[in-house]
Amino acid sequence: MATVQLFVTCLVDAFAPQVGEAVVDLLERLGLTVEFPFGQTCCGQPAFNAGFRDEARRMAVHTLEVLDATEGMIVLPSGSCADMVIRHIPDLVADDPDLSEAAQRVAARTREFTSFLVDDLDVTDVEATGAGSCTLHHSCHGLRNLGVKSQPERLLDNVQGMDRVELADATECCGFGGLFALEMPDVSIAMLDRKLDNIEASGADTIVGGDISCLLHIAGGLHRRGSSIEVRHIAEILAKR
Amino acid sequence: MTSFLERARSDIGTPPIAALQIGARRFSDHRAHAVEAFPPMDDMRDRARAIRLHTLANLDRYLAQFADALEGVGGHVFFAADAHEANEYVVQLAHARNVERIVKSKSMLTEELHLNDALEAEGMEVVETDLGELIVQLANDRPSHIIAPVLHKTRFEIGTLFEEKLGVPYTDDPIQLNTIARRHLRPLFLTADMGISGVNIAVAQTGSICIVTNEGNGRLTTTAPRIHVAMLGAERLVPSIGDMSVILEVLARSATGQKLSVYTNVLTGPRRPGEPDGPDELHVVIVDNGRSKVLAGPSSEILACIRCGACLNVCPVYRTVGGHAYGSTYPGPVGSVLTPALFDLDEWSDLPYASTLCGACLEVCPVRIDIPRLLLDQRNLSVQTRTGPMWMRRPLRAYAGAATHPGRFRALLRAGAVIGRLFRTGWIRRLPWRGAAWTRGRDLQAPVKSFHRRWKERNRGS
Ligand code: SF4
Repeated sequence: MATVQLFVTCLVDAFAPQVGEAVVDLLERLGLTVEFPFGQTCCGQPAFNAGFRDEARRMAVHTLEVLDATEGMIVLPSGSCADMVIRHIPDLVADDPDLSEAAQRVAARTREFTSFLVDDLDVTDVEATGAGSCTLHHSCHGLRNLGVKSQPERLLDNVQGMDRVELADATECCGFGGLFALEMPDVSIAMLDRKLDNIEASGADTIVGGDISCLLHIAGGLHRRGSSIEVRHIAEILAKR
Repeated sequence: MTSFLERARSDIGTPPIAALQIGARRFSDHRAHAVEAFPPMDDMRDRARAIRLHTLANLDRYLAQFADALEGVGGHVFFAADAHEANEYVVQLAHARNVERIVKSKSMLTEELHLNDALEAEGMEVVETDLGELIVQLANDRPSHIIAPVLHKTRFEIGTLFEEKLGVPYTDDPIQLNTIARRHLRPLFLTADMGISGVNIAVAQTGSICIVTNEGNGRLTTTAPRIHVAMLGAERLVPSIGDMSVILEVLARSATGQKLSVYTNVLTGPRRPGEPDGPDELHVVIVDNGRSKVLAGPSSEILACIRCGACLNVCPVYRTVGGHAYGSTYPGPVGSVLTPALFDLDEWSDLPYASTLCGACLEVCPVRIDIPRLLLDQRNLSVQTRTGPMWMRRPLRAYAGAATHPGRFRALLRAGAVIGRLFRTGWIRRLPWRGAAWTRGRDLQAPVKSFHRRWKERNRGS
């Protein structure tokens, strides 16, 4: 039985632990042994995106130390954090030969959750069941930097009893962008409003995504609107049977 | 100076932005269809990128070759180090040749240099002849888009403007508006002493300049007056005519979804004896104005840009705020990199932050410029020079301190969960300090019992 390492990401850890649990449940159902490296914290992406590379580097090095000491594939329920580990951390530590090697090793073992299921395990039907209708928002980093698009679509399409309806401009950014949401609030909120209008217009009763950062943004906006549309990470949908 | 956010704030949700949003979407849809209908596009993009990067890596050599070739066919070349030198050259030339009226074809470089102001200050009449630029000029406005300067105006506004400034009866019919502009411009073309154009692509080998338009005004500007002055950004070269054709393949498709722009003029030197038209004199002003600084710096890749505007059209931020929010000649993603690199990071330090790094720009750029990476590099530079959002430093340092000590990190999670419990509904409606920017338009889910603790409780140990 293969062993996989779960890296939950800091936002899931603090705000949406049920997503981590769903990933564990599902991977175990698929016959994998899930390990959770307990020393894990944050990959450093927030600081990196804000331009604070010294701070980002410290977090990245810590993440490398924790992950490089483990074995098997590393699975993240987040496209943007996976992108950080796969593409940016190697750049951040490129000046140090030892760290650089570790970063390459870790990057090679790291996968975004849905692409791990579809591309590595070759599973598109996880025998999940659901109800009602959902619509899928594609988060930017997973989509454009890691090529995660068809994987979540196929997985969702195989959920028994749940319809997937199209979302207009499903690949357009929701306006979160980490620091952007705080530095450029008016712009961020206007972008979010467009996203929420599209979500409401889709008629779906659940909005699904693969990255908790965007989902926190979308959920926060929907809640402010008093909307009853549910916000779910794709792992939560796929874990249900 | 105002900040990006202030400029954006006053524009968001206004009718001009709505107009721009529709226009930008139309362009990007057209682009998508054109790319789909042209399977070699991917390959062409790679070739275009290689050509541009190769040229930049050997720019001195190609500039010298271009200057020699152009002089060989009777053209004049002037290298201008900055805006002042460039403007001064044109002003002096105009004086020396007793120029009174000047017609101009669309050129962003002259916008960057404020050349019109310089000429008008000397008493010369300067007429923009690109329909969009003419409208901008009549309205005393600024362009909001690289290739469609008045993307932010509706035809109703243009109708009113023409009624007011040109003394014609109001119409909002695009064809009639076009005819009005044409009638207005015809006599001006014929009586102008000098034509000023930009240059889309310059060819080093032959000394040729290529000017691409959709209205034919470029052709008139460069051939009707007796003097033609072409303003060339020092980076906009390719080695050969063959290379130029590769750029043309990707340029129009990326910009408007056309296979080729309606008018693609390649000019090599002034009129030769026996030729029916063309200017007696051709001057090419090669403008540096910060470009060699960019070339030597970490953002040099942005100089590969061929100004197609595709990155603007797909950018969700640009579509939300419009071009004026970017505050300089170059808006959108390309502007967010180019403006601070070309001018002054101090003054423009917020532009690299005017992006969510969503990557839509990189996805469409015909020369595959990694704009998100360049933005990240500039953000880092702005932190190093302390011009960026320094308020983040303390919180991020504290967070990094916790995140590099797992015990502290878990304590932080526990503290978060304790605070989270204070919010009975599970939602935070108002955050203090900088967090207020979040809760202005969104609620925040309260932190809950962490995954770390749930994992432990599942008896998995640690
Ligand atoms: S950066 Fe790329 S997409 Fe944007 S204008 Fe330049 S060439 Fe076009």
